[in-house]
Amino acid sequence: MSRQSVAKAHQKIQELSWEPAYHEPVSQYGTDYTFRKAQKKDPLKQVLRSYFPMQEEKDHRVYGASDGAIRGNMFRQVQERWLEWQKLFLSIIPLPEISAARAMPLLFRTVPNPELHNGQAIQMIDEVRHSTIQQNLKRLYMNNYIDPAGFNSSLRNFQSDYCGTIGRQFAEGFITGDAITAASIYLTIVAETAFTNTLFVAMPAEAAANGDYLLPTVFHSVQSDESRHISNGYATLLMALADEDNHQLLARDLRYAWWNNHRVVDAAIGTFIEYGTKDRRKDRESYAEMWRRWIYDDYYRSYLVPLEKYGLEIPHDLIEESWNQIWNKGYVHEVAQFFATGWLANYWRIDPMTDKDFEWFEYKYPGWYDKYGAWWENYNRLSMPNGHKPIVFEDVDYEYPHRCWTCMVPCLVREDMVMAKVDGQWRTYCHEMCKWTDETAFRPTYQGRQTPNMGKLIGHREWETLYHGWNWADVVSDMGFVRDDGKTMVAQPHLDLNPDKMWTLDHLRKCPPLASPNVLLNEMSDAERTAFAARYVKGGPAGRPAPADA
Amino acid sequence: MTTTQDSPKTERSVPKPVFTDAEAGAQVFPDSTLRHYNYYKPQKRKQSHYEDVTVDVQPDPRHYLSQGWLYGFSDGRGGYPLDWTALKAWGSDKPSPERGPGTGGLFVKDWPATGWHEFRDPNEEWELTLYRYNSNVVRQVTQNVEAAKQSKAFEQWNTNWVRFVEHHIGAWMHVDHGLGLYLYANANRRAPTNMHNNAISVNSMHRIRSAQDLALYNLTLSEEIEGFDGSAHLDTWNNDPAWQGVRDVAEQLTGIDDWCEAIFAANIVFEPLVGELFRSQLVQQAAPRNGDFVTPTVVGAAEYDFAERDLRYSTAMFELLTNDKEFADHNKAILSDWMANWTTKSLEAARKLQPLWSQPDAKPPRFEDGLDRVKNRFSGIVTSLGLEVPKELAQ
Ligand SMILES: [Fe+2]
Ligand SMILES: [Fe+2]
Ligand SMILES: [Zn+2]
Repeated sequence: MSRQSVAKAHQKIQELSWEPAYHEPVSQYGTDYTFRKAQKKDPLKQVLRSYFPMQEEKDHRVYGASDGAIRGNMFRQVQERWLEWQKLFLSIIPLPEISAARAMPLLFRTVPNPELHNGQAIQMIDEVRHSTIQQNLKRLYMNNYIDPAGFNSSLRNFQSDYCGTIGRQFAEGFITGDAITAASIYLTIVAETAFTNTLFVAMPAEAAANGDYLLPTVFHSVQSDESRHISNGYATLLMALADEDNHQLLARDLRYAWWNNHRVVDAAIGTFIEYGTKDRRKDRESYAEMWRRWIYDDYYRSYLVPLEKYGLEIPHDLIEESWNQIWNKGYVHEVAQFFATGWLANYWRIDPMTDKDFEWFEYKYPGWYDKYGAWWENYNRLSMPNGHKPIVFEDVDYEYPHRCWTCMVPCLVREDMVMAKVDGQWRTYCHEMCKWTDETAFRPTYQGRQTPNMGKLIGHREWETLYHGWNWADVVSDMGFVRDDGKTMVAQPHLDLNPDKMWTLDHLRKCPPLASPNVLLNEMSDAERTAFAARYVKGGPAGRPAPADA
Repeated sequence: MTTTQDSPKTERSVPKPVFTDAEAGAQVFPDSTLRHYNYYKPQKRKQSHYEDVTVDVQPDPRHYLSQGWLYGFSDGRGGYPLDWTALKAWGSDKPSPERGPGTGGLFVKDWPATGWHEFRDPNEEWELTLYRYNSNVVRQVTQNVEAAKQSKAFEQWNTNWVRFVEHHIGAWMHVDHGLGLYLYANANRRAPTNMHNNAISVNSMHRIRSAQDLALYNLTLSEEIEGFDGSAHLDTWNNDPAWQGVRDVAEQLTGIDDWCEAIFAANIVFEPLVGELFRSQLVQQAAPRNGDFVTPTVVGAAEYDFAERDLRYSTAMFELLTNDKEFADHNKAILSDWMANWTTKSLEAARKLQPLWSQPDAKPPRFEDGLDRVKNRFSGIVTSLGLEVPKELAQ
């Protein structure tokens, strides 16, 4: 269709929306926001007559590339270090995608502007596209990459493992609680507008550098739908801003959504990009550099700040604090080190770092080696089974962390850990902000105002609780992270596929039982707990326990 | 021989390809040949492509979701509560495993744990299929209308038929659009499995597309036919008494809270009794007699969506529930109530449409004959689901 006819067609389909004359549609989701009915323009200007063929055309390109990759033996050049992390990433991402589809109806009744609903329905089907195209990419990896373990059990792993659980917030947060908090602020204004750039643009670039050009093909195709979703969110945000009563809630939700996205997405994508790559060219951007460009400049400076004049309270402090976490406090490095410490609870293999990696890290993050170098040398030394235990049980100057109740990433920047008794239970949080999210934001009142529609944090949020007192061999079998010989583990702390070099359940059998930090915390006396916290915050960096005299 | 003095080339910094041999089959080790998703049982012998991209994406605490849902509504409930419909699939009443300190994952060994997870969309819709199908439809519709324009096909229409298309074909776009958004798209948040919700979202796009097909067809006619009133459908939808019954039921359909009732009422009752009556028994019959060979191709696309795809997944979905090994009777009782209620409403709406039959110059077969035909088809659908034909059908 020509541009002119699309414009005319779009004008015409505005005649489709109508107001009910006899019965109201069902209202199933609540919000504490208020919206005034106002004539609004559909920001998308998308007509299905051109939409479907456009998407089909994109498909042709994606599936053409897939065939080409297989015919061209792409996997002979793919770095295993990289593809192993895709076992984690591609186990997570199809659920957030499909949850974005499920989230769209939360907006139908709560945002009473039928002009926007057309765009939301298209977003719904876009997200079905994203979810299934990603499942399909994973299937292709499973069929063609050397080690299918972890891909073949993908969704089981994702649903039962703590890493999956961290990622799952990036899905459940879209579809529950206050409809606007979830489907608009958390999903569209923050997750899509800010963080899809790192997910779908920065990460694919790194994939290509590791010999995988299929991931970029699929994810660029996904990202090309995203600008429409961002427009959906922007239109809703402007409407919310029109009512002063919403400003307090918008401020709350931006703080929660920003911080949670930073904690979750930066942890995962930061690790993939920095520790999952073999590309150590000095001029390739580090995650911190990408973050500065995509998130700080493009999102914060160019998108958020201009909204200030409409009354949006921007969480400047949290954006600076996220940068502080990434740049000064080594957030990504701490997370990667934790994933590697706990490799035995995972469903992918983690390659040790080499001198070449060390050199790059030191160049990009001066001071890195003094903090993390010795630990990674130990990781390398302990990677093949040779009479010793997995690194988490060995003395390598690392203290197993407590988990954050809110974001479920452990409290890795030790000095930031805070503790509170909430809902009758002692909980640790990775940062004051995560404590605020649980204690203050997700509550039925906020700053004295009734917020009856706000959601709740639920579930067994500390994974270790479920396996408190279990032998590790039983933990790993219970989760099903075992290969088809019945004993070799899916996860390995190295990339050698020689069966003699791989860890098995027999090795785990000899290890001490799993202890849940949170169960132990709640068993402590008040004095013990105070002493524990005082010591914990003196630990780090790189997981070092506090000095003995501390 | 000439030599050129090359200026020293600054090498572009690009990652160098490395031979890694990370290809399937390059080594033998545990799991090296386990190349299928091992976490779900296929419906047939082999796992289908559709199942691979669909099954278990939406998790279930009764299966692998050991830490449970993490975010809830204000009442503390998260995910996809089973009581969002009154229908039940076997296992529904068994509580979810109670996990806590030291329980482990309590993963269900006998899966599926509820009959809900047995459902597969017989259309096997996912990304690839849904774009291919809908692109074909819009291409076909566009070509048909374009060809009609070229051959001046609209010039053969008599005035009464022009008025008919203007008002009544136009009015139906509102049904498609309203249900597409507020019934189908709305329901894609509510079912307990990914298989249900994906099928429902595809259904939603059929209806929204078909609404737009009608609107754009209407736009073309305003450009092609002298005096064609492109906004007449609005007045018809808002004020014509013949349409107020349809509008009333359509609005009631969007007011249904129970997602199974919504799909059942719309796809098993309303569409066969009202949608097919309008499309197949009126438009498709009357148009050719009035010299119109174009409208049937546009309306026929929607008829095909429904008859060949949307009805197909709906019957597969409800068949499982009426044959459920634990709750067949429970489900049939509820479905019969729903059917009685929506049959009454749909027939009222259908009867109010009757004046339309006398408007074209060349008349379609009698209204009562058309109604009998759709009642027959409806009875067949209902019977195939193992339900009794409701006495309300006699109205
Ligand atoms: Fe998406
Ligand atoms: Fe999106
Ligand atoms: Zn946290």
